[in-house]
Amino acid sequence: MNGAPMSGAQMSRAARRGRLYRAWDSDLIYSFRRSPLAVISAVIALVLIVAAVFAPWLAPHNPMDLASLSLLDSFKPPIGMPDADWSNVLGTDNQGRDVLSAIMYGMRISLLVGFSSVLFAIVIGVGIGLLAGYAGGATDAVLMRIADVQLTFPAILTALLVDGVISAALPKTMHDVLQIDVMVFAIGISLWPGFARTVRGSTLVERNKDYVMAARVIGVPSWRIMLSHVMPNVIGPVLVIGTLGLGLAILAEATLSFLGVGLPPTQPSLGTLIRFGNDFLFSGEWWVTIFPGIALVLMVLAINLLGDWLRDALNPRLR
Amino acid sequence: MFSFIVSRILQAIPVLLIVGLISFALFAYVGDPVTIILGQDYTEQQRLALVHQLGLDQPFIVQYGRYLWTALHGDFGISYRLAQPVAGLIRERLPATLELAGTASILAFVVGVPMGVYTGIYRDSWLSRLFMIVSLIGVSLPTFLLGILLILVFAVMLGWLPSFGRGPVVHLGAWWTTGFTTWAGIRCLILPAITLAMFQLTLIMRLVRAEMLEVLRTDYIKFARARGLTSRTINFGHALKNTLVPVITIIGLQFGGLVAFSLVTETVFQWPGMGLLLVQSVAVADIPVMSAYLLLIALLFVVINLIVDLLYYAVDPRLRIGRR
Repeated sequence: MNGAPMSGAQMSRAARRGRLYRAWDSDLIYSFRRSPLAVISAVIALVLIVAAVFAPWLAPHNPMDLASLSLLDSFKPPIGMPDADWSNVLGTDNQGRDVLSAIMYGMRISLLVGFSSVLFAIVIGVGIGLLAGYAGGATDAVLMRIADVQLTFPAILTALLVDGVISAALPKTMHDVLQIDVMVFAIGISLWPGFARTVRGSTLVERNKDYVMAARVIGVPSWRIMLSHVMPNVIGPVLVIGTLGLGLAILAEATLSFLGVGLPPTQPSLGTLIRFGNDFLFSGEWWVTIFPGIALVLMVLAINLLGDWLRDALNPRLR
Repeated sequence: MFSFIVSRILQAIPVLLIVGLISFALFAYVGDPVTIILGQDYTEQQRLALVHQLGLDQPFIVQYGRYLWTALHGDFGISYRLAQPVAGLIRERLPATLELAGTASILAFVVGVPMGVYTGIYRDSWLSRLFMIVSLIGVSLPTFLLGILLILVFAVMLGWLPSFGRGPVVHLGAWWTTGFTTWAGIRCLILPAITLAMFQLTLIMRLVRAEMLEVLRTDYIKFARARGLTSRTINFGHALKNTLVPVITIIGLQFGGLVAFSLVTETVFQWPGMGLLLVQSVAVADIPVMSAYLLLIALLFVVINLIVDLLYYAVDPRLRIGRR
């Protein structure tokens, strides 16, 4: 990271202090420690992710277990209001489901869909970007024109239409089983152009460097030059776009589920919870919809702030 | 000028043809129109007759051409869900969406630009800080949550404004309906318009603020001050004018966002517009409506881009001289 060569003594000292210390001392972690906003966001994101991943062990109730639900418990208000009790800290919904537990299980699905669709978008986007940048010519022109046209379409609209078309093409019986995969596909497809454009840009630069020429001269096949020589050098910015894309993907999933074309009620994500809760807004049970909403905003905000910080920290011009 | 417009229109044609191809492919290959129309029981003869009647035995390119031809004449087929012509459904709902989107855009512009100018000039006043906090909330709140919150506060708790629908509408001309003429109609418009305007408003405000900060540092502003011009002339006549080019670009680019968020807003407020129609159609895989919507949106994109290009000319004299 710092350009000056280390003396032998410095090097052995760094080696003695171990890998962990060097990571702690690196530029990236240093700038992280210096940014309170990034630290707070990371803590919030971490707490939410842990709560979601370990929901089956941490949640006070199991909202998926229909046998444990009792209608007698329905619409219990959250703590701080009259008639509240500590077994349902954030209250219950119309079926007596604990809102806090439902949120934790819902975040699990939101995060699962978010991570998977970003991963999917990265695989497609990086692949197409490498191909377009390395091959150039007509391949490049066609692929990038497609990306341009898709970029003018908002991601949510693309995801909505893709989701609608796949649902129309699939037989009804496969629907509920495949709904998560369909969502991941639809959202992933809507996000790939961002990755492709960035990777193509850096590939165009890398392509003309000597190491690529050397590899070509000794007869390494093109696909191998792209994957094992060029790709490691262009993957850096993908990390930043991926983090910001995760926020977008979670929001897209929540929006689609809220619109009623996303995940089925058997697998409620945060968006589905907000949609159901919305029906009870007028009868005064605001907590059923507002708390999942707060969880969603916190999660997306924390991820976006982390992404912003990462972008600034990795940008040498801003240092 | 004229040749510029013509060349832009010519450039738009391939884009429209490709979108048309996608929407035709949807129409033709997803779901089987023959079984949808004939139902379960039919003879082979009936099937062949219908296939011929629908032109499905023609080559692909002929079918595509025919599809475009009928679409040009305003015929987009029949909705599976409502069993009515799609063109009629869209015509019925277009005014609602345009009134909502238009009001929201004007609101965003009329409120966002002054807020941006103010926060740009008085960077550190407490009102600027308040505006910045509001804009941070506007950026991070998803549209549907903002709508739900507004309904909760203004419709459920305070009971000031209606929470859904468009209220009474008045017919103007052959097919345009408007909610502007009655007080009840305007009341219905307030919450959805604020919801839809919020994200654009924050965007415009932040952009104008950043551009103002940039422009106010330049030499010609210093010179204008040295000449003793009033600060109003400087701020609005010189500084604001030069911030408008990027603002117009962004507003044009954000048109897609306006379309997407109008889907969400219309669903939250049950606003009877095109967005709600699309969402309901996607939920039951009503392909003719989806493909017609796709075509229409592509057309709107092209028109908006053209308008943005023309606005550059109006706003920035440098472009006019450069092209001559």
